[in-house]
Parts: sequence; C-alpha cells; structure tokens
Amino acid sequence: MSNGLYTQLLDLACGAFLLAAVIVLWQRELAAIVRVFGLQGIALAAIAVLLGAHEERWDLVAVGIGIGVLRAGVLPYLIRRALAALTAAEPAEAPRRITGRQRAHSEEVRETQPLINITASLLTAALLTLLAYAAARPLTELNPTPATRALPVGLAVVLIGFFVLVTRRRALAQVVGFLLLDNGITATAFLATSGVPLIVELGVSFDVLLAVLVLQILTTRMREAFGTTDIDDLRELHD
Amino acid sequence: MSPTASALLLTAPAATPLVIAAAYALTGLRTRRPAPVPAPVTAKGPVLVAEAPAVQEAPARRPADWAGLLSPVVILLCGSLLAAAVVDDGPRTAYSGLLRADALTAWMLLVVGAVAVVACGSAPAYLSGERAAGRADAGTVWRYHALVQAFLAAMCLAVVTADLGVLWVAVEATTIVTAFLVGHRHTRTSVEAAWKYVVICSAGIALAFLGTVLIYYAARQAGIGEAWALDWPTLVARADRLDPAVTRLGITLVVLGFGAKAGLVPLHAWLPDAHSQAPAPVSALMSGVLLSVAFAAVLRYRVIADAALGPGFTRVLLAGIALLTLALAAGLLLAQRDYKRMLAYSSMEHMSLIALAAAIGSPLALSAALLHIAGHGLAKSVAFCASGRILQIVGTTRIGRVRGLLARAPLLAGAFAGAVVALMAFPPFSLFASELGIARAGFAAGQRLGWVTAVALLLVLIAFAALAARTARMLLGPGAPTEENPSALWPLALGLAACAALGVTTGPLTDLLHAATRAIGG
Repeated sequence: MSNGLYTQLLDLACGAFLLAAVIVLWQRELAAIVRVFGLQGIALAAIAVLLGAHEERWDLVAVGIGIGVLRAGVLPYLIRRALAALTAAEPAEAPRRITGRQRAHSEEVRETQPLINITASLLTAALLTLLAYAAARPLTELNPTPATRALPVGLAVVLIGFFVLVTRRRALAQVVGFLLLDNGITATAFLATSGVPLIVELGVSFDVLLAVLVLQILTTRMREAFGTTDIDDLRELHD
Repeated sequence: MSPTASALLLTAPAATPLVIAAAYALTGLRTRRPAPVPAPVTAKGPVLVAEAPAVQEAPARRPADWAGLLSPVVILLCGSLLAAAVVDDGPRTAYSGLLRADALTAWMLLVVGAVAVVACGSAPAYLSGERAAGRADAGTVWRYHALVQAFLAAMCLAVVTADLGVLWVAVEATTIVTAFLVGHRHTRTSVEAAWKYVVICSAGIALAFLGTVLIYYAARQAGIGEAWALDWPTLVARADRLDPAVTRLGITLVVLGFGAKAGLVPLHAWLPDAHSQAPAPVSALMSGVLLSVAFAAVLRYRVIADAALGPGFTRVLLAGIALLTLALAAGLLLAQRDYKRMLAYSSMEHMSLIALAAAIGSPLALSAALLHIAGHGLAKSVAFCASGRILQIVGTTRIGRVRGLLARAPLLAGAFAGAVVALMAFPPFSLFASELGIARAGFAAGQRLGWVTAVALLLVLIAFAALAARTARMLLGPGAPTEENPSALWPLALGLAACAALGVTTGPLTDLLHAATRAIGG
C-alpha cells in the first residue's frame, strides 16, 4: 500500500468514525442509534487493520478484527436484545389501556425529550470537536505522522460520548454513550501508539463486555422496579 | 527468598480468593441444579424451589459462610511474608515483571487482609440475620460469597501488579463484580444505586484509561520498548524523558479517573448511594479498602508525574480536589439524616485528607497518609459492619428513628461508638496520629499549603461536630434491651483493637511504613 493511499484510507476511516458519533447525537430512535454504533465499530476495526497493514504487524490486524467482532457485532447485539426485551415485556394489563401502553412503548424505544435538543446537541458536538483539536495539539506535535494527525478524532468521540452520557435520559442511550466514550479511547490508543499491549487490550475488552452485560441486566431490573427506563425517574436516593 | 517462593507469594493473594470464588459459584450452581425438576408443576413452583435448599442446610453452623475467611488469612500471611522480604532486600518480581511487590504493595496487602478479616468475619452473623428476616435464600448467599471473593481477588491484583494497564483492568473489574452486590435487592433504591455506580465509575475509570494510554504514548516516544512502557518501575526510572505536555494531560485524566473510584470530586456521586445500599460487609470492604486501593494507583502515578513535571503540578491538582471533596463531605454531613450515608460521606472526608497528604508530599505527610489508609480502613469497616447489625435490629437507616442503642444493645452500640470515635480521630486510635502528622506536615510545607491545611482542619472540625451530634442521638436515650449475640462481635472488637494498637505504636510495621513512604517518593 502506498503512503498516499494509506493516509487517505486512514482519514476516511477516522472521518466515518467521527461522523458515526455525530449521527448518534442526531438520531432519536434507539434502534437507529444502535445500528450507527455498530457501523462505528466497523470504522474502528478498519483503523486498526489499516495501521496493522501499514506497519506489517499482523498481530495488530488480528486485534483489529477481534475489536470489530466485539464492537460491531457482540455489543450491538446485546443492546438490541435488551431493547427487544424492553419492548416485548409489556405488562399484561387490561386492554382498555392500550393507547396509554402504546405511548409508553414508543417512549421506551425513543429518546423523546433529550435534556438538550438536537440542534443544540449538534452545535455542541462541533464545539467539542474543536476543543479536542485544541487539546490534542501537544499530542500531535510530539510525533507528527498521518496517524497522530488523526488523533483529535478519537478525543472528539470521547467528548461526544461523555456528552451523550450526561444528556440522554434513556438507560440504553446512556449505555451507548459509555460505549462511544470507550470506542473513542480505543481509537486514540490505536492512532497514538498502534494499540496498547495485547494483555491490556484483552483485559479492557473483557471488562467492557462485562460492563455492558451488567448494565443490560440492570436495565431489565430498572424496568421491573420503576416501570420505565427513564433515568430522570431515578430519584429515590438524594440528600 | 527463591524466585519460586516470591512468585508464589505474589500469586496467592489474588489467586486464592479467585479459586474460592469459583468454588462458591460452582457449589451454588450444583445446589441449584435439582431445582428445575418440580418447577413446571405449579405457577408457584419457582418460589418453592428457591426455598428448598435453605431447608436442607438448616443447621445453625454454616461452614460455607466461614470458608470466606480463608482468603483474608492468606492475604494477610502473604502480605506479612512479602513485607519481611521487601524490607530486607528490596522489591520482588514475578512473571517477567508483571507482578511486583514493593513496600507499598505489602502495606496495601496487609490493609486489604485486615479489613477483609473484619468484613468476612462479620458476614456469617449478617447473613444469618438476613436469612432470619427472609431477605436472603441459598442462591443469593452463594452469589454473595462468590462475588465478595472475586472482589477481593480484583483488589489484590490491582495492588500486586506493576503493569499500569493491568492495574486499570483490575480496578475496573472491582466495579463489575460489586455491581450486583450494590444492587443485591430488586428494590428501586437498590437498582438506582447500582445503575449510578456502574455508569459513573465506568465512565470515570474510562478517563483513567485514556490517561494511561497517553502516558504509554509518551513512554513509547521516549524510547521505552512496548513491553516496558507501562511498567511502573521503568516509567519512574525514565520519567524525566517523558514529554511534559502529554504527561500533564495524561496525569490529569488519571487523577480524575482513579479519583472517581476513590470517592473524590467531581465524579463522587456514586459513593453515598452505593455505600448505603450495599450489604454491610460489602460497604465495609468498599469504603475500607476499595477507595484506598484506587488512591494507591494515584500515589503510584504521582511519583511518575513528580519526576516528569516537578512536584508543583500534582500538588495543585490534588490539593484542589482534596479541598473541594472535603467541603462537599462536611456540608452534606451537616444535613445528613441516614446513618449509612453519614458513614459514606465520612469516607469522602477521610479520602480527601489522604489526598491532601499526597499533595503535601513530604515524607511525614506520605507516611501519615499510609497510616491513615490503614486506620480509616479498620475503623470504617467496623462502623459499617456494626451499622449493618443496627439496621437488622431497628429496621431503618433514618437517624431520627433510632434512639437508645446503648440501652438496647450495649455491646453492638459500644462497637459502633468506638468506631465513630476512631473516625473522629480521638486518641488512642491511629487516625489521631495520622491526622496530626498530616497537619504538621501541611504547616511545615510553606505558606500556601499552610492555608490549605488550615481550611481543611476547619472543615474536619465541622464534620467532627456533625458526626458526634448524630451518633450521640442514636446511642443515647431510653430503650428496652434486646437479645445480643456477643460471639458475633469479635471481628468488630478485633478491628478496633488493631486500630488502637496502630495508634499507640506501629511496632514491627515501622520499617515497612518507612520503606513504603520511600517507595512513593517520600
């Protein structure tokens, strides 16, 4: 692979990676959010595979494929299953409340009233990206290569993930926010240093997988205890 | 000591609890296996099945509950042997540097072991109380034991590893295994606490991972090979070659991230909820050692940061975080109406004092911080275990509804009072010595830190008053004596005795304490 082609493909993958995060902010349907999150996983895997192919490190290519399987396959599958469980687990109530239940149902799979509206969210994403570029300047200056020049993209996705985490009200949207944050960190690790050592990468992936499993079970319990997965209803504990 | 022996000593603290956790999990599965047979009979089938094994193991002495004490004993034993070894001839490593014990490791292992003895020793009495109240069946008890042991294993791994990446993985693992301990009931409060706990801690600790990645990047650019770029001793030795700008960003993220797990602002919101909802022995472990294990990670990174950036940077960062946490904890202690949350905010108060000591950074301050970690762990675990028994007796966590504990259950109330007195830093308990040490070091460290220390002491005084007024309210007053089981209180007495003994003299631990202080740059 020539250097020019490598740089262009890498920039393309990083662009797709950032774009996916922005689209997550834009979407309201949880199903669409999960789909976009899966696509972002593919972009992340592409970054790793490109870096591996460029440096001719085949272990890195393998790690990239593994990450792709986890982040574009397993994790979206888990969230989709939790989503299906939420929509399927309709309480067996009297049929006269059908309209009310349908509304509750549609609220369960949609981000109906995010804390900050879509336009303001997208503007914030733009500001966060600028902030990421400013914050990443010392990182790029330390070792300017095509990969580290794309590094701000990883940081921008970290910030956008945090933003999703604090502004979204649906439990599963928060999970996606946490995973965006994690994708951003993994991308930063790849772009800066071609990935952390294998043992750490394995541990991190395993921890993320378990965290998502735990959150999935907690979402089901939240639905059982509160009748909804709206984070705003978590108000029992306060001072 | 031969390499095999040190490898064994380094492996055992994390491996033993893991093996016991697996044994508990397997036994739990096997006792549940006969269950599905009668299940389809009636709609009530599952309920009957869930109760069936409990009837089976009706005898009052439950050896399974006591088997959990094995791993704290192993941890204490390995900690003491490692302490003797590292004080005599320096750090030990195993598995080509993946596991490493220096004096700080040995000190933390001893603290983890001691607090775990108190927590696991109180567990049988706590669990039989829960069984009697019908809140626990055989399945939940097996799960409780398996998760607590896995929790101990993760904390020990975080302490004995030299690889900063593995350290991160272990600290994140503690969040995952304790999630279902925090949310062990399916009530609204329990689910809410568990959700906040997992989301805030995972996001916070993710920041620490980003910081770790940046440090790794700086290390690779400084010419350190891939295998050694996350190795703590290597990083400390070559810290002066790290790029300052990248290191500064990385260290900030690491301090915020591990600070989240240590209960420091700005990501502290999980702490009072999780500590108040978890079962009492788990609260004891979380407050007593999980917070300080996370802070030990900050102490390790502080050494790298000070060598790379000079001491000014972490000093300002940690002092700021410490003061904000302390102000928040003192304010919320004043308004507190729930005694488990009161203990949780008191943990934040003590963690911020430890952070302040780390900010001061002189040898006196650092050894006071390590002593404070030990003293706070012991006193707080006793307080939480006693609060669990109090909750079982009075049935509420509201301070306003608890009166006359000293009249109702004098021994238990005595243990609780002793622990709170220790937390208020009265002599002879070791927290008196360590807070005095932190204050002296603070006033000796120049004018600015002197002011910070003065403000901190004022806030500690406020917390002191709040704690004293609320505890006195709970303890004093009339009440009808209830039946007490003094034999269940030995772990609490042991914990208080250890805390008091540490306050009188560090005895054989003096050399270890000094060596640990030197290991973290004092």
